[in-house]
Amino acid sequence: MDAVAWGLMGGVVALLIIATVVVHLLRRRLPDQLNPALLDSISSRLRAWWLLLAGLAGALMLGKTATVMLFFLISFWTLREFITVAPTRPGDHRALFWVFVLATPAQYLLVAFAQYELFAILIPVYAMLFLHARIALSNDPVQFLERTAKIQIGLMICVYCLSYTPALLTALPLDPKGYSPNTRLLFFFVLITQLNDALQFAWSQLPSRHYLVPNINPTRTWEGLLGGTASVTLLGALLSWATPFGSSWVAAGMALAVALAGFAGGITMSAIKRDRGVKDYGTLVEGHSGVLDRLDSLCFAAPVFFHLTKVYFHYFPYVPS
Amino acid sequence: MIPHLLRILLAQIAQLLSGASVRWVDCQPDTCQRIYFANHTSHLDAVVIWSSLPMAVRALTRPVAAKDYWAAGPIRRYLSQEVFNALLIDRQDIKVHQTPIQEILDAIADRHSLILFPEGGRSSGEEVGEFKSGLYHLARRRPDLELIPVYLDNMNRILPRGEFLPVPLLTRITFGPPMWLEQGEHKQAFLERARAAVVRLRDL
Repeated sequence: MDAVAWGLMGGVVALLIIATVVVHLLRRRLPDQLNPALLDSISSRLRAWWLLLAGLAGALMLGKTATVMLFFLISFWTLREFITVAPTRPGDHRALFWVFVLATPAQYLLVAFAQYELFAILIPVYAMLFLHARIALSNDPVQFLERTAKIQIGLMICVYCLSYTPALLTALPLDPKGYSPNTRLLFFFVLITQLNDALQFAWSQLPSRHYLVPNINPTRTWEGLLGGTASVTLLGALLSWATPFGSSWVAAGMALAVALAGFAGGITMSAIKRDRGVKDYGTLVEGHSGVLDRLDSLCFAAPVFFHLTKVYFHYFPYVPS
Repeated sequence: MIPHLLRILLAQIAQLLSGASVRWVDCQPDTCQRIYFANHTSHLDAVVIWSSLPMAVRALTRPVAAKDYWAAGPIRRYLSQEVFNALLIDRQDIKVHQTPIQEILDAIADRHSLILFPEGGRSSGEEVGEFKSGLYHLARRRPDLELIPVYLDNMNRILPRGEFLPVPLLTRITFGPPMWLEQGEHKQAFLERARAAVVRLRDL
């Protein structure tokens, strides 16, 4: 981590402290005028951000391997949340075992060793082939396609897509002298996805509400999407000094892409939850959000951001300042 | 010393592996003498319930387990007797004068609580099976014990019957309100009521 990354992190800590204090004061001073459910939702988000920040800061300080390890643990946890709400049959047991103990660690090992050609195809091709064959071997044809599709999509979102976040550190060589520009890239990416979640949520609270997909998510509005995306794009431009991108236009464009992909992630995971009849992933207890509820946008945006960045630096190589 | 450390370690591992969220519905953890009775779908059930209890309660709570499984081999025997302090019951060899009920009552005296699986064996997990009469006999002999229904969710997917490798999914343990044997209640009616108390927790 270099001075810029430290500065950025200090800014985030300051922002979180202010938000936490404000929420605490609102709870104390105006208990009757505010919707308690809204405050609870904000508190739970703040708690998640503190945890994410602490984990990420610690991992980045320890180095690349620790960061890959952190995201491996997150993937493992979100996948178990996902499979817990997805219906599987006893015949899937052995296949699921290999999904957890083989496919997931293998993906992150390949990310750690920067084997881009392999980690880009491991889960979409080889895990997919293995999964289908293994479940066929279990001799239970009932709803075969539904079962394999559910496990495969869980593996794709929770493991494959998310693993592109630590791949920003390992598989995107920018500076032969070290990976500090990559650290900034990763931090910028995580910050933008989380700001995007926060701002879309904030803009959705406007009195004017035009619902986007009320059957899938009753809180997403056009106001939230447009306002959130516009403000995140602006913030991306303002934060361009902290990124390895040369210009604020590029940083703004990246932030816009991340905002749209993050939004897509949010509504896709809402659709899956609606289909399964659950409100949250995670603890199986009503009212407690799981890790996947907080990181759905990150999962979707990670490969988009990785590939856009890779293409950009291919044509406009990074110049150390 | 070593069994004590192993106890803490294994409880932590069980909690991590099962990712258990624990709910107490109209009931609080307590060190008073109780019988926790639950649906049974996997070999891990007793450990998961036991590890979800607070430490002080855990120290007084003894799982009832089948001797043919838990006394086979030195590791299982060590774990069941030294670490989990389990009460091993012989399922094959039940004598008239030395019934398991009497053995259990002698063993818990006026101190220990029990974890019991009244279905008598593991089920596939979709339905809770009929209860065997052990719970009734215990309740009749010791009407002062609180009977706590427990429902274990998803354990049948973590380690189903006939599998030996667990899949680390998330589980949920629900402890329900205490019940007792009513005055003059018949065996069958009581067992049905106890089973319904467990099933009810599934949908809460």
